[in-house]
Amino acid sequence: MTKTEVETKVRTLLSEQLQVKQDEVQAATRFREDLDVDSLDLVEATLALEDALGVEIPEEEMRDVETVGQAVDLVAVKLGVG
Amino acid sequence: MSQRRVVVTGIGPVTPVGIGVEPFWSALVAGRSGIGPLTLFDASEYPVRIAGEVRNFEPGDWMDRREVRRTDRVVHLAGAAARLAWDDAGKPAVEGSRAAVVMGTGIGGIGSLSEQLKVLNERGPGRVSPFTVPALMPNAPAAHVAMDLGFTGPNTCIVTACAAGAHAVGEGYRYVRDGLADVCLAGGAEAAIVPIAMAAFAQMGAMSRNPDPERASRPFDAARDGFVLSEGACVLILEDAERAEARGARVYAELAGYGASADAHHVTAPEPDGAAAVAAMQAALADADEPAESVDYVNAHGTSTPLNDTAETRALKKALGDHAYQAAVSSTKSMTGHLLGAAGAAEAAVTALAVQTGTIPPTINQETPDPDCDLDYVPNEAREKQVRLALSNSFGFGGHNAVLALRRERS
Repeated sequence: MTKTEVETKVRTLLSEQLQVKQDEVQAATRFREDLDVDSLDLVEATLALEDALGVEIPEEEMRDVETVGQAVDLVAVKLGVG
Repeated sequence: MSQRRVVVTGIGPVTPVGIGVEPFWSALVAGRSGIGPLTLFDASEYPVRIAGEVRNFEPGDWMDRREVRRTDRVVHLAGAAARLAWDDAGKPAVEGSRAAVVMGTGIGGIGSLSEQLKVLNERGPGRVSPFTVPALMPNAPAAHVAMDLGFTGPNTCIVTACAAGAHAVGEGYRYVRDGLADVCLAGGAEAAIVPIAMAAFAQMGAMSRNPDPERASRPFDAARDGFVLSEGACVLILEDAERAEARGARVYAELAGYGASADAHHVTAPEPDGAAAVAAMQAALADADEPAESVDYVNAHGTSTPLNDTAETRALKKALGDHAYQAAVSSTKSMTGHLLGAAGAAEAAVTALAVQTGTIPPTINQETPDPDCDLDYVPNEAREKQVRLALSNSFGFGGHNAVLALRRERS
């Protein structure tokens, strides 16, 4: 999987999980400010990413993630394509 | 300062017989059952395969899609009922801090809890949804309604099994009567047609084993053999009478009295003499300052279990004396099934509509009289009758009794 493929997959999953259109989920999109996502939504989205991509994302690492791009980077590193 | 009077100005039913006042009421007056084959899960291995499901219900019509995902079906049903009731009352202008909420439920988000228990057991603690606690907590419907409508007044949740909806309406009535709020949104919600609840109620022997959906709920009939589990929600808008009059609100009925008591007898069986049920009826009448002889109609708890219906009949005779034979008594559970924590609110709505329209909905499936149930149960067909004063009875597992008295508005 290339990093571009990871990005596409993460954006698709996040748009489904958070019930927003995919074009509203860009690299610079901020979870809290732009998508009104709270800490519970973020935990649930993380569980979905873990299930779909077969990675483990420790809670403390996800806690520092503020944007979609940062989430993509984190997942890419876990998949060894970062 | 004299106590305020409280009137019902809005009704929001979300039930197996219909969603919204018109479909709900016309089904009940026509004697139409809302019970059908159970479809919400595969019940082929279960001893009971019928239920009263809310059909053609799309949660996304009532809340945004993300909120739908984050909440249990009990909140979906409650949220819809609250919006329907609020619209039905004409969305009265009220300060958020003067608007209260009291919502009852028997079990809350049991569907979400049981799904997440499966996740926990099959996949471990790290896969459990972070929304499990907010979804399962019984106060979730009350919280959702306040957030949805911006009501910041007193907000509580009542959990008294099958009496929860009636207690919620009764406690909400006190909030308005005592001046804690000008408007109270009060009701109940239940979404317990899930495997664990179907299995557990069946194990108690409390549910009808009659396979014919529309004939299974037969309160007061000799062939009754248990209740039929239903889901749904109903909300009433309770309003200070002077305020309602000043804004020209349509009034269904005055909520004139509330009585409550406990059997202190057995966790599921009613106390055979019905002393506490009698006390609750008498308390509701005393609160309304009305004699027993003025009761024209009783919407019975009438669950269709062998024990409830004879005990309730006995209690009615004690509470109303000889007048019990003159009053019309019907159980609309014969059509709706048992909405558990929403039942008392749905039946308070039925009672308010009977007072407003002068029409009494029937008890359907009256075929074989039971000698121990010898009152006028308005068998099978609705009846036109002026209803000045009516009672709505609710008795819950645990021995919780709640009785509401509704009265035609004095003109």
